[in-house]
Amino acid sequence: MSEVVVAIALTLVLVAGTAVVMTNDPERQAVTLSVLGIVLTVLFVALQAPDVALSQLGVGAAIVPLMVMLAIRKIRATR
Amino acid sequence: MTYYAYFVAGWLLLVGVYGIVRSRDLVHAVVSLSVCQSGTYVLLLSVGYQKGAVAPVFGSTLPTSTPVVDPVVQAMTLTDIVVGATVTALLLAIAVQIAKRHGTVDPDELVSLEG
Amino acid sequence: MVLFIIGGGCVAAMLVLVFLDMPAFGGKHHPYRDHAIPAAVQHGTANVVSAVNFDQRGIDTFGEETIMLGSVVGVAVLLRPGEHEHEEEGPATGRVLDSTRLAAYLVLAVTMIVGLDVVLHGAITPGGGFQGGVVLATGAHLLYVGGRYPALRRVTPEPVYEAGEAFGAAAFAGLGLAGIAVGGAFLANLLPNGTFGQLFSAGSVPLLSIAVGIEVACGTVVLLAQFLRQELAIRPNESG
Repeated sequence: MSEVVVAIALTLVLVAGTAVVMTNDPERQAVTLSVLGIVLTVLFVALQAPDVALSQLGVGAAIVPLMVMLAIRKIRATR
Repeated sequence: MTYYAYFVAGWLLLVGVYGIVRSRDLVHAVVSLSVCQSGTYVLLLSVGYQKGAVAPVFGSTLPTSTPVVDPVVQAMTLTDIVVGATVTALLLAIAVQIAKRHGTVDPDELVSLEG
Repeated sequence: MVLFIIGGGCVAAMLVLVFLDMPAFGGKHHPYRDHAIPAAVQHGTANVVSAVNFDQRGIDTFGEETIMLGSVVGVAVLLRPGEHEHEEEGPATGRVLDSTRLAAYLVLAVTMIVGLDVVLHGAITPGGGFQGGVVLATGAHLLYVGGRYPALRRVTPEPVYEAGEAFGAAAFAGLGLAGIAVGGAFLANLLPNGTFGQLFSAGSVPLLSIAVGIEVACGTVVLLAQFLRQELAIRPNESG
């Protein structure tokens, strides 16, 4: 049973990672990056790693997309 | 199933590099680098996984002799995640400064190394 | 593009060769685990990952602290106002939906308490300094999500948090040097081990966890503050 969960989580990570790279617009990429962060958290919990999942959730789903969005807004305002 | 986890890790790495090569915007390149880094996290954690084992946190309900997954790999991945985020922050700050000085963030237009 | 296909193909071929030789996914052969767990149990730490981070490989955590400190300093240098810019007074309170504001206030209180709990119980439950610090820093920025950027600036004055980050890093180094003073190695575990699974167990791991928590929380707040200030408050000088 846990095998199936791990396999599904791995497939979701594969799809999310490809989606992040294929999104050409950086503003949309911030949202897709957040989705990748959440899906990675699910994978890490399925692989029995709660510490890593906590870390990834805070960093990859909240802080990095926020910084990316602020950087994009500043860059657009400069141009 | 045995090789699927490693395949996903390798795929994420290659897809991230493909994104960096093909990007028209420095911020897109930085986010693709982030995808590469997640590939390494998946690889590290799948090396340490054991079928049927639980998380490496003992307590009053879990006797010390139950099989658990590898904690050393998890500690490495934890440090890796925080360091990756700080490096991403630094790269984004550099991209903002480049936009201010050169007016563009297209890597194909930023050819000269003048300050 | 052709270069990428050639290079990517070679890397993929090498990866396939390596993966075919690796131990099977989900196997039973984990030599690092068989050495790490008895060492952690001997020092009375219930959360073995925290034991590896702060006790057995404390020097790696020290290096990670220094990387964080260095990159926050780097971002602060890169994003300060240039010679053609000035910093304005921040914008007034933003307009958000009332339900967003209410939700932000409610979740803020819960997040702060959860963050403190995760930091303090680093040796017993999953969590520790890094995770708790990130939760605390993100929680403080819920004020920004709720539309009150001036309130966020008042609650997190930058000089205080920069000093806090330096204090956290110095406390970690100080505990390491105390290990030398007691006669062991750098970052040796000095306090008594206590009972397995209680709050005061695992020697100096809770103290190191608190030092890392302070450093990561203050560092992340300063990092986000640089980006926010750059976006919301710094404007180019009018040429005239």
